[in-house]
Amino acid sequence: MSPDAVMSTLALAAGPASPADMLAARMQMGLSLGWHIILACLGVGMPGLLLFVEWRAVRTGDADHMLLARRWAKAIGVLFAVGAVSGTILSFEMGLLWPGLMDVYGQVIGVPFAMEGVAFFIEAIFLGIYLYAWDRLSPRTHLLSGVPIAIAGVSSAFFVVAANAWMNQPRGFDLENGRVTRVDPWAAMFNPATPPQTIHMIVAAFMVTGFATAGVYAVALLRGRRDRYHRLGFLIPFTLGAVLSPIQIVVGDYAAKFLAEYQPTKLAAAEGLFATRSHAPLSLGGIVYDDALHYAVEIPSGLSMLVGFSPATVVQGLDRVPSRDRPPVNPVHLGFDTMVGIGFFLLLLSAWLALNWWRRRDLPRSPWFLRLAAVAGVAAVVAVEAGWIVTEVGRQPWIAYGRMRTVEAVNPAPGLWAGFLIVVLVYVVLTVATVYVLRHMTRTTPVPAVAPQERA
Amino acid sequence: MDAAQILLVVMWVGITLYALLGGADFGGGVWDLLAGREHTNRKLIEHAIGPVWEANHVWLIFVLVVLWTGFPPVFAAVMSTLYIPLTLAALGIIFRGSAFVFRKASTEWWSRRLFGAAFAISSLLTPFFLGTVAGAIASGRVPPGLAAGDLVASWVNPTSMLGGVLAVGVCAYLAAVYLCDDAVRAGLDPEGFRRRAIGTGVVVGVVALAGIAVLRWDAPALFAGLTHRALPAVVASAVMGLASLGLLWARGYVLVRVTAVLAVTAVMWGWPLAQYPVMLPPAFTYRQAAAGPEVLVVTLIVLGAGALLVLPAIGWLLAVQRRLPYDSG
Repeated sequence: MSPDAVMSTLALAAGPASPADMLAARMQMGLSLGWHIILACLGVGMPGLLLFVEWRAVRTGDADHMLLARRWAKAIGVLFAVGAVSGTILSFEMGLLWPGLMDVYGQVIGVPFAMEGVAFFIEAIFLGIYLYAWDRLSPRTHLLSGVPIAIAGVSSAFFVVAANAWMNQPRGFDLENGRVTRVDPWAAMFNPATPPQTIHMIVAAFMVTGFATAGVYAVALLRGRRDRYHRLGFLIPFTLGAVLSPIQIVVGDYAAKFLAEYQPTKLAAAEGLFATRSHAPLSLGGIVYDDALHYAVEIPSGLSMLVGFSPATVVQGLDRVPSRDRPPVNPVHLGFDTMVGIGFFLLLLSAWLALNWWRRRDLPRSPWFLRLAAVAGVAAVVAVEAGWIVTEVGRQPWIAYGRMRTVEAVNPAPGLWAGFLIVVLVYVVLTVATVYVLRHMTRTTPVPAVAPQERA
Repeated sequence: MDAAQILLVVMWVGITLYALLGGADFGGGVWDLLAGREHTNRKLIEHAIGPVWEANHVWLIFVLVVLWTGFPPVFAAVMSTLYIPLTLAALGIIFRGSAFVFRKASTEWWSRRLFGAAFAISSLLTPFFLGTVAGAIASGRVPPGLAAGDLVASWVNPTSMLGGVLAVGVCAYLAAVYLCDDAVRAGLDPEGFRRRAIGTGVVVGVVALAGIAVLRWDAPALFAGLTHRALPAVVASAVMGLASLGLLWARGYVLVRVTAVLAVTAVMWGWPLAQYPVMLPPAFTYRQAAAGPEVLVVTLIVLGAGALLVLPAIGWLLAVQRRLPYDSG
């Protein structure tokens, strides 16, 4: 195509988005969100973990704890910066990709985002102080300067997930001629999906932090670096993850029961259930075609028991909504099974450590424990990704459940797929660079106990 | 003043602070690009930006959120019509931030070079694209509605190019002015940045003057506003700009920070003054765009409470940054 032809194609008046552009917009949002969520989890969980080891270091004067604190702080410096910019892109994309949603509903979900903005400020400001003024402040003041980072991180997660929960349970407004009126920002923010979603995600963020950090040290232990520093670096974060694993299973059950009541279509997709029925089985794995789930392992009446504690409980299937209102079932069902499967894997691994610790105050002797613990770091991340696939794909075809279809929200400008390709390229480069830098940081010599500024 | 007007002012304060603080961080990157073999300059820039750039960057998110909460149709129109330059700016933001910390965390020369180049080039491109967005809106090329404007001509036009060049110039100018005083406090010779500040100051002034002619031809409504209602702001900016040049000449590095900030602030407030109450020229006003009164009031309360938390903290951060000893090693 000649440059002029390209220009005239791009300059085309915007019509309804083509299916290719719609798909591109969804994939771009999924990619940016899926990428950011990893760093966001660490942003929520890392400050608490870091402050815990720093607190122990300050209280006991222990050098290993202080070394952990210094090294984690250095990693956080990188992770937070990349998280800050990858998060910014999301706020751009809300408008670049979904202007139809923001045009009508931007004001309804604006308040939690405004609060998130405040939390983000607090996080960035105190991070600057915490990282750069370590040796300019007394140990106590320095420790205290990190507390707002931890609080702001958890608050941010709450506000952002509350806004996402609104997309699942849109509340707090009336519609007149396609424009919202009588907005109640509080009803929007504290919608029925807010409690299950925010609790589930915040616990998940701490689990990812615990297992991912422990995973790094599990690799080091496997390579024979079995000194106290590496053992502490493994045990402290792993304990965090281990304590939360059983709690998360309970929270996850609560979130699923919420779906059964408020978004039964999403639960039906997650479970691959087509026919509304009592004695609904719990189906593990399998694949969906011709409007039915095939090759799944079924636990008889399992789903009915989980939803209503009785085999007679009637569980709503996908047959209750016309096929144009159904989400794609395969990714939601397999995503759900992946998330739950990993949840139980993490629970068993945690129990293994707990049992050994109770019996002989030590890590399990089998090298398989550390191998699996190293895998757990990655698995926890995969579980979060799978969970978000369930939430986001499971809500389709709606962007605001029951109120606005995703296709109504997408930017009608042509050529979104070209933007998507560029964004993919950028994220590939960003991923390679991030992994390179983080690996480089784990290999370089440990940070000295004195901050670099004071060496001069 | 009603709630919508107050929120409009609050948003513009946010944009101004983003330009004055975040803009200078981008300007630092521009000087990094042009530092050549002067590694001392590069080190000073890193020292000055390091603790604050993330906090400064949040002003941009603040502005986006206030815009979509308070004036959602304007947000939707701007983001959808200008999705090309805004996507490019967003990617520039990714590269600038991550490359900056990656360079800091790297030790090998080739990776430091690579990340340094990405940091510096994106520091130049990001303000340019954001400037083209300003030009697109100011010249009335972003109509209300979803992607209702021309996707290319809306930001590839004389006013947008002027906006892009001015944005880069202002960022570089502010950074050079700030870095003069930073150099003095670090015990370095500020002469290099003084020369750069005077040079960019003159260039930005000339471009702004030439820009008046461009606006008269390409954006007559904006031109009329700037030469009538907003004339005092334009004149104030010119006076402060000249005063800054004088102060740079006389090496008054602390005072020139104030006058340079005032010069940029004046011109930034001239634009909305020129087109008020219109948000999307020629005719879409803030009243047509404003969210419901409940939303506006709750947002103002949240931001007010937030300011009580954030502003003292910013003060502490800036105090910490000023007192940080410069590591020449």
